[in-house]
Amino acid sequence: MSRRRHVLPGFGLTMGYTWIYLGVLVLLPLAGLALKTGTMGWGSFWAAISSPQVVASYKVSFGISFLAALTNGVLGLIAAWVLARYEFPGRRVLDALTDLPFAMPTAVAGIALTSLYGPHEWIGGLLAPWGIKVSYTLVGVYVALTFIGLPFVVRTLQPVIADLSAETEEAAATLGAGRWRTFWRVIFPSLLPALLTGVTLAYGRAVGEFGSVIFIAGNRPFHTEITPLLIVSKLESYDYNGAAALGFVMLAASFLIVLVSNGLQGWGARRRVA
Amino acid sequence: MAGAIAMRRVVVKGRRATAESPTVRRILIAVVTLFFGLFLVMPLVVVFHEAFKRGLSAYLSAFQDPYTQHAVYLTLLVAVIAVPLNTIFGLASAWAITKFSFPGKPLLTSLIDLPLWISPVIGGLIYVLLFGRHGWLGGWLIDHDIRILFALPGIVLATTFVTFPFVARGLIPLMQAQGSAEEEAAATLGASGWQIFRRVTIPKIKWGLLYGVILCNARAMGEFGAVSVVSGHIRGRTNTMPLQIEILYNEYQFSAAFAVATLLCALALLTLFLKFIAEWRAARQLAAGSRS
Repeated sequence: MSRRRHVLPGFGLTMGYTWIYLGVLVLLPLAGLALKTGTMGWGSFWAAISSPQVVASYKVSFGISFLAALTNGVLGLIAAWVLARYEFPGRRVLDALTDLPFAMPTAVAGIALTSLYGPHEWIGGLLAPWGIKVSYTLVGVYVALTFIGLPFVVRTLQPVIADLSAETEEAAATLGAGRWRTFWRVIFPSLLPALLTGVTLAYGRAVGEFGSVIFIAGNRPFHTEITPLLIVSKLESYDYNGAAALGFVMLAASFLIVLVSNGLQGWGARRRVA
Repeated sequence: MAGAIAMRRVVVKGRRATAESPTVRRILIAVVTLFFGLFLVMPLVVVFHEAFKRGLSAYLSAFQDPYTQHAVYLTLLVAVIAVPLNTIFGLASAWAITKFSFPGKPLLTSLIDLPLWISPVIGGLIYVLLFGRHGWLGGWLIDHDIRILFALPGIVLATTFVTFPFVARGLIPLMQAQGSAEEEAAATLGASGWQIFRRVTIPKIKWGLLYGVILCNARAMGEFGAVSVVSGHIRGRTNTMPLQIEILYNEYQFSAAFAVATLLCALALLTLFLKFIAEWRAARQLAAGSRS
């Protein structure tokens, strides 16, 4: 492993700095969390992560995130298609706005959505006569999680749609396939890996989301309380073990989601080469 | 040459058969406009509407509050420390990852992305477990009278953790796409590493770097979950702007809460605008590079 293998200088310096920074800031503290959980003993760990209130919060965090990610899958696919393929007035503005949930602070998104969807407000007021309550219900959690997941599907799909080869579509058209059939049989399968990757990323982001949700959710235990909020309330009552155990579960879930999305990305890359 | 022209004609002709009907087009554009309008434009509009609802003087008086002023100051201070740290890290890691081949590269890239997928609450929790009174280092810190939690160092740490992938993530794909031919040429001509970096690499990546820094900055100033866990919410001392927004909102001082929020929204809009510019410049640069 000598210098001779590299034309450019700086390998040792930048690599060393990268690992030290990563180690001190991220890896060691995360190891501390794992270690803390390890010292708890299985019995108290299991008790902490399986109490009824906690299980109810999993249903909100993991379940509503799933619905939000699915919504982003459908609408994000349409949005990516429209932004990549069509030319219309305002396209550039919509394209630039796609990243708004990424740049807007979650607390600001939280109070903005809560105000919009309150029973007497702009959108909430329109829905109220139909008996649909959004703010302080699970629907509100769903709205917030859809908002923050929106960029992921669009941004993962856009470059793939731009790279689609026109020839396969032309071939399908020449062979007499209608546009609808071409889409489902030719285009959709080649978009599928990227679509699933985007949905997984949106899901991963939604599962851990905190700021935007706590304003709109109402945070009623057993109903609209999310798991990250439970971690915070355990910390506030100095239950470090309980907080660490829940943190460990969330961390494991994040690792799993990243693993799945990496696998999906690999699948997409292989398909594109093939 | 003739072949290229012929090819282009086929594609133009073919576009009819490989495009949706105008009706489908219009419906899809309407769906996207409605979706974006409801989920992206309306939240932005409502922030400014609520902030200015009671007039300009009410808006301005929100910033007379000394607690709010301190929150703005603290937020700027945290960003001034965290963003340069992450910028240096972003440059170093992007250099290591894009200029050399080494085993474990995918693992390193995934690890850098990690804070994006971890709940921000966990970004705060890990430092509480480390530096809290009952944490691994808690006793030692108390003995030496060092405050990390519920003070500036904890807020900086949590912010740095949550925002540290942004510069690196922006630079890595850009530097990969640009390749290292110019840098290698400079090295062959005898330039030192620092010279190559400053005179060759920085001009190539400046727009991507600028966007990464601005995005990192917007996220640092807007971070809520991680900071909320480590800050202790002490008014006038450890409240950043997002935490101050939460307090004002929960006290039903809606105009003031939204007034502070407009500052962060303006920052978010500036970030989007700079991204737009950065992408446009990067595309032009790449096109110019492939032409020459």
